[in-house]
Amino acid sequence: MSSTTPSDPSKRDFIVLTGQAMMGISGALFAWPLVHSMNPSADVLALSTTEVNLEPITQGQAITVTWRGKPIFIRHRTAAEVESARADDGADLRDKQTDAARVKSFEDKEQSQWLVVQGVCTHLGCVPLGQKPTDMKGEFKGWFCPCHGSHYDTSGRIRKGPAPKNLAVPPYQFVSATRIKIG
Amino acid sequence: MAHGERTPFQNPVIEWVDQRLPIFTLLNKEYIVFPTPKNFNFLWNFGAIAMVMLVIMIATGILLAMQYQPNTMMAFDSVERIMRDVNYGWLLRYIHANGASMFFIAVYIHTFRGLYYGSYKQPRELLWMLGVVIMLLMMATAFMGYVLPWGQMSFWGATVITNLFSAIPLVGEHIVTWLWGGFSVDNPTLNRFFALHYLLPFVIFAVVFLHVVALHVVGSNNPLGVEPKSKADTVPFHPYYTTKDIFGLTIFLIFFAAFVFFAPNYLGHPDNYIPANPLVTPAHIVPEWYFLPFYAILRAVTFDISIPFTHIVLIEAKFGGVLLMFGAVFALLVLPFLDRSPVKSAEFRPMYKIFFWVLMLDCILLGFAGAKPPEGAWVYIGQAATAWYFIHFFVIVPNLHKIEKTLPLPDSIDAAVRAAQAHKAS
Repeated sequence: MSSTTPSDPSKRDFIVLTGQAMMGISGALFAWPLVHSMNPSADVLALSTTEVNLEPITQGQAITVTWRGKPIFIRHRTAAEVESARADDGADLRDKQTDAARVKSFEDKEQSQWLVVQGVCTHLGCVPLGQKPTDMKGEFKGWFCPCHGSHYDTSGRIRKGPAPKNLAVPPYQFVSATRIKIG
Repeated sequence: MAHGERTPFQNPVIEWVDQRLPIFTLLNKEYIVFPTPKNFNFLWNFGAIAMVMLVIMIATGILLAMQYQPNTMMAFDSVERIMRDVNYGWLLRYIHANGASMFFIAVYIHTFRGLYYGSYKQPRELLWMLGVVIMLLMMATAFMGYVLPWGQMSFWGATVITNLFSAIPLVGEHIVTWLWGGFSVDNPTLNRFFALHYLLPFVIFAVVFLHVVALHVVGSNNPLGVEPKSKADTVPFHPYYTTKDIFGLTIFLIFFAAFVFFAPNYLGHPDNYIPANPLVTPAHIVPEWYFLPFYAILRAVTFDISIPFTHIVLIEAKFGGVLLMFGAVFALLVLPFLDRSPVKSAEFRPMYKIFFWVLMLDCILLGFAGAKPPEGAWVYIGQAATAWYFIHFFVIVPNLHKIEKTLPLPDSIDAAVRAAQAHKAS
């Protein structure tokens, strides 16, 4: 390689292409920290479990707690409400799910009286009504979203209106018979 | 800006600077002697008016940012402090809040003027497309600005609009979490919206600069849609159009001031004076008036689109609405390539003229549909008006030239102006 013209010009192409490829890859690799910096930070993630004592909630009553900045509906359902939810398992549901699949058990005993769902309408994220005794509960006696008129049943399943999915069940477990940990 | 073409200035200081950096030569060329069609009507004021609005928004915005706190615990109270305690804070905030509406009024008139007179046609396609980019950036900026006071409408507007991205198949939920920086609209969201709300106006400013450069390369369109052919067709920008723009601007600023001083909250929503509450949704969430037509299009898709006779959903209703809403802006972006008629001005296109006014009414109707709760007849009116919007751009506009008999164009701007003067005199 004594002269300034390379004996094999394709070598130069190889160097240019390799250089471009390396710049492309390193650019993409460096973009990730920038993009990821906008994802939930450690302190936000640290707040993502909540424990709730169920003892003071009497049958027929519902409470709203916050988990990850979102409302969580906890309803102590009456036998009649569970009954009607189970009866509708075979109905024409938009987002097919049985009521049994939406509740948890504790020590092999199904806790079907406790329904825990995210209080976020699956349409555009409004908070549905139905937690207070005076609220409108919709045609299916569960919840009603006032924004665009979605009706949910006593299992939090979508029955009527524009929402595509059932009210989501957050990840939670019973830590004792009267205590749950959400998240 | 080529060397040697410079005519020397009398003033020695100006001359000294201009020899080294020819800004005065540039100003003279682009804003003093710049040849401009001599037949502009008052609709040609709105570009300059929009430019002034941008400057007003940036100026008041910077001053407000010096007082505002982008933290969920303090944002609402800091806005109230601006209103009560900061010297002339109320004035700054009302100018800024109403200024957003005024900016959109000016830009919408400017856009419809372009639609009527065919300003998007060859050779101004890129000029027009840059304008659509500015409009999109303005929408993003206005949306994020409305979130900053952290009232109920701020919070729930942000929730509803960011939730739209959850409609994107597969990655939707991850994108929403990423946009929020958490699991709901919260402090990280407010922080980044403030950062972007401060940044985007400067991006707008840069695109406006390109818009103006492109304008000065191809020259302005005019009410006849006939390109200037000789010196007789044009007048120098100064003093003719500086004067006309200042006159139009003055009238517009009086209209603006009337809102700021006599009805500062008329265009706002009372719910935004209630601090944001993540556990209570307002009964009826509505965006600002300038988003209503787009909001109506967003809500027009109330049904899933499936493969016929199966339950396989191709496009969920929510995603369909999002696609249509962005499609409405996309239609404007590609309009230069949809309209094949060589005649620009609707004055010489009898059929297009009718369709233009129908489109105008259609957009107003969409605005009304967007303001109403989505119940009863308004759902169908919104859907029909949405359908018409797309039929206009994708069916009528591309095919109209095949059947339309255009009127004869004048020989030149000068000839048309003289004929009109003679007609008036007789």
